[in-house]
Amino acid sequence: MNIHSAEAPVIETRHLSKQVTGPEGELVILREVDLAVRAGEALAIIGASGTGKSTLLGLLAGLDTASTGRVNLFGQDLGAFDEDGRAALRAGRVGFVFQSFQLLPGLTALENVMLPLELNGVSRRAEATARDSLARVGLTARARHYPHQLSGGEQQRVAIARAFAPQPQVLFADEPTGNLDQNTGLKVIELLFSLRDEHGAALVMVTHDTDLTAWCDRRQRLAGGRLEPADNGG
Amino acid sequence: MAADALRMAGRSLTRDWRAGELRILALSLVIAVGAVTSVAFFTDRIQRAMTLQASELLAADLVIETSAPPRVRLLEEARARGLRIANTVTFPSVVLAGNATQLVQVKAVDNAYPLRGRMRIAAARTRPASVTPAIPNSGQAWADPRLMLNLGLTVGERINLGDRRFKLSAVIDYEPDRGGELFQLSPRLMINLEDLASTDLVSVNSRVSYNTLLAGTPAAIDSYRGWLEPRARPGEELQGVRDGRPEIRTATDRAQQYLGLAALVAVLVAGAAIALAARHYAQNQADVSAIMRCLGASQGLVLRIYVWRLLMLGLLASLTGCALGYLAQTVLAALLEGWLAQKVPAPGLMPVVTGVATGLLALFGFALPPLLRLKQIPPLRVLRRELGNPAPAAWVTGAFALAAVCVLLVLQVGEARLVAKLLLGAILTVTALWLASFALISGLQRVQPRAGAVWRKGLARLGRRPAGSTLQIAAFALGIAALLVLAIARVDLLNIWRDTLPTDAPNYFMINVQPREVAALANLFRENDLMLPEFYPMVRGRLVAIDDRKAGPADYDEPRAKQLIDREFNLSWGNRLQPDNKITAGQWWGTAGANMKGFSVETGIAESLGIELGDSLAYTIAGETLQGPVTNLRSVEWDSFNVNFFVIATPALLRDQPASRITAFYLPPAKDALITTLARQFPSITVLNVEAIVDQVRAIMDRAALAVEYVFLFTLAAGGLVMYAAIQTTQQERRRETALLRALGASRRQVQLSLIAEFGTVGITAGVLAAVAATIAGYFLATNVFELPYRINPWLWACGILAGGAGITAAGLLATRPVLNQSPLLVLRRV
Repeated sequence: MNIHSAEAPVIETRHLSKQVTGPEGELVILREVDLAVRAGEALAIIGASGTGKSTLLGLLAGLDTASTGRVNLFGQDLGAFDEDGRAALRAGRVGFVFQSFQLLPGLTALENVMLPLELNGVSRRAEATARDSLARVGLTARARHYPHQLSGGEQQRVAIARAFAPQPQVLFADEPTGNLDQNTGLKVIELLFSLRDEHGAALVMVTHDTDLTAWCDRRQRLAGGRLEPADNGG
Repeated sequence: MAADALRMAGRSLTRDWRAGELRILALSLVIAVGAVTSVAFFTDRIQRAMTLQASELLAADLVIETSAPPRVRLLEEARARGLRIANTVTFPSVVLAGNATQLVQVKAVDNAYPLRGRMRIAAARTRPASVTPAIPNSGQAWADPRLMLNLGLTVGERINLGDRRFKLSAVIDYEPDRGGELFQLSPRLMINLEDLASTDLVSVNSRVSYNTLLAGTPAAIDSYRGWLEPRARPGEELQGVRDGRPEIRTATDRAQQYLGLAALVAVLVAGAAIALAARHYAQNQADVSAIMRCLGASQGLVLRIYVWRLLMLGLLASLTGCALGYLAQTVLAALLEGWLAQKVPAPGLMPVVTGVATGLLALFGFALPPLLRLKQIPPLRVLRRELGNPAPAAWVTGAFALAAVCVLLVLQVGEARLVAKLLLGAILTVTALWLASFALISGLQRVQPRAGAVWRKGLARLGRRPAGSTLQIAAFALGIAALLVLAIARVDLLNIWRDTLPTDAPNYFMINVQPREVAALANLFRENDLMLPEFYPMVRGRLVAIDDRKAGPADYDEPRAKQLIDREFNLSWGNRLQPDNKITAGQWWGTAGANMKGFSVETGIAESLGIELGDSLAYTIAGETLQGPVTNLRSVEWDSFNVNFFVIATPALLRDQPASRITAFYLPPAKDALITTLARQFPSITVLNVEAIVDQVRAIMDRAALAVEYVFLFTLAAGGLVMYAAIQTTQQERRRETALLRALGASRRQVQLSLIAEFGTVGITAGVLAAVAATIAGYFLATNVFELPYRINPWLWACGILAGGAGITAAGLLATRPVLNQSPLLVLRRV
């Protein structure tokens, strides 16, 4: 698969900045970040804890709004949309994998995977598609189990199945192996990238683990609110 | 998309139920709807009985009730229209059996009675009854079981009634138009109408009710009624199937109102539990909402899912509440057995509609605010958990709840002014309880550092969530206070009232005394060393005009005024103002009354009927109209138990009218036998035992109070759910704290003791508050409403504190058992 498509980037930022007002006054988290992610590309954003990686992820996914600057997702300026508009833009096209898995505790594994499909009006084929997705991550036998009955690795695999079920164009991963031991984390990353390759989705992964970044096509480091290319391998 | 929201709501409802998330919400709704529908089902059954069995309740299709024998013209017209006619005469009298006397309600019936329904009689009290088309033969009487029991009689024995002796030939099991036992002060004795004259009990001034019963085709009845209504004279009261038995209808309406209000208190407290549970649920759903928004759900979709979920839960819980209400009304029916003589039918479906409407109103009023906030949860919460507090502003929660309570009150009570008064009362009560609870909790926090270790832990938990603790205490205090007022304060007030009566207050009344009998009565009293009572003349008259304008029920809105103007007055005349009467306006006539025309009117009735000093009143007495001005208004001490009258005339106005005599006297217990002598020597006189009547009224009040107390049990159950909901919001914290304490070496017993300290504090505080509230209520009722002195009952306090302390501690320990039973290691690992 050609990961360096000549098409317009699926994600693009221009002079993106984010400030928040805290108890000690204004705090600048991101300064003039310029970024482009092409279709099918895997980008790793690395940085120490507290450097604003999750803030950047949130802005790129339209979960948050910038203080200044611009974020384009699928060629659309996210700043022009309200929250519902940004949610509609994400629906069925964006997947997420979180450090804390973020599975709904009251849903079974199968129902968790079905959720994005149901929310996007694909209810009729939702179960079949979800079963396929669960099978792809090797958890067919755990379809009726609840998150608290699954191990950490299994929960993250369900989360990955949920992320890929609607065949997204972009996947955002926030410290996907942060709560897993090394072996489990490795298996999860292998699965994540295997599915990414199958679906051809672009991936933006934030992590402080430099070993993970080797899986990606490109690495950027976030420091002092600015994004700069990282050395290969971190 | 709408179908998707519905489908997702349904699926997630099942999941949330399995996880235990919605159980308190649902249970609170079940309790609230159960309370309301238990009352609704009961009163619906009574109302259906009155509609479906309306003719049987009258024993006819139409009844004309008069205080004099019916006009011949009415009977001729009825026959001409093909109607069947039956006649009955009812009046109070005294039955003599050996040395025993008993006040009875005599009913003399003719052969055609009853026109609808059938009587059931038995050969003995304990034998099965059978339907009969017959009436008592001449010389025989049928008695109801209470009469047989009170006098120790069996069928075949003889009794004296007036100048006649009757043989008891059957026990009455069912009399179609009798009305339930609950409303009867005295038992029934039925005789043949042919025997009435020979008893010599009915004279011009006797309190007798003549009933002309009519039955026929609906068209004939309507046509006759259409003919009669414009020609009806004052005193001719018509009762048809739609408006028959007004006394039962009024009692049923009152029961519905008071029991319904009691049920609404349960709804209010359950609402607090719903609000707490909904808040906790919304907090748990915040992450879910954020994930859904993250995955592309719009705010509208998130809101629709939760609203549908709420609606489904509301419907299911309300229907379950209706089922509970249906079961609960069987207890109400048992407590108020004897409302109707007839078997009441099964209820209709209207109470289900009421129940579901109440449930949905309560649910949306108390649960909607926190759930509405869920749509505003930002999707960024998935990355920053501190974002998005789903708790709505307190004023928003309060406004929704107030709106729901307003609507519920309007549906229950209807009258806008009463709704406003009740709402104000409810707000003041809840506010007072809230403030008092909060003050007590704050006060306890000051004491906490000086308390023992176990108590410190318990009090610290209360102090960490003052709002939740306050809510628990206020909810319980409300329920316990209501029960204390009903069960203890009510009895206290009655006892205080009894104690204010002088020891020699009259305990017997004599009515239907003829003037020729007064001298002989006076002798009898002298022979028995008894003080001679004063005999007052009594004339029955009907008020027909005030100041030249006709006066009738249609001229008044207030039910009491309608009732007063529609009935005959017991008028009296005299020159002497009685000692317990005080002139408030105008002047008493004294000896001048012999030569002037005038009326003296009691202030209460003057106000009710709009009568003022100087107004001219016209009364119809024995066919003649007499008129005179109101020359004074007076207040009367009615609870002196002396003979008193609403309206007294000057001798010049009434002395020439045929009058009976009435008197009241005190008979020491040792001289009880005089009553038997009176009954034997003066069979036409009716002797009323005031104490027996008061006891009978008290028995009816006790049953009514029991019914209200029963409904208030729902309030207590709702209070339990408030506690459970409050515990649920802190369950995780409790688990963590308990696990840590156990891990650090605290024994299970120590942890349990700290829980007892916590819940015991809540319970005792609630009990103290409830006792204070009940004492204040009792004081207010005694001094402001009943004008009685008040004394504090220590049992009120003891019961309140015991019920609160023991009951709430037990409930709290039960609710926190899972916390104690969990392995500390498992809890700490999960955390």
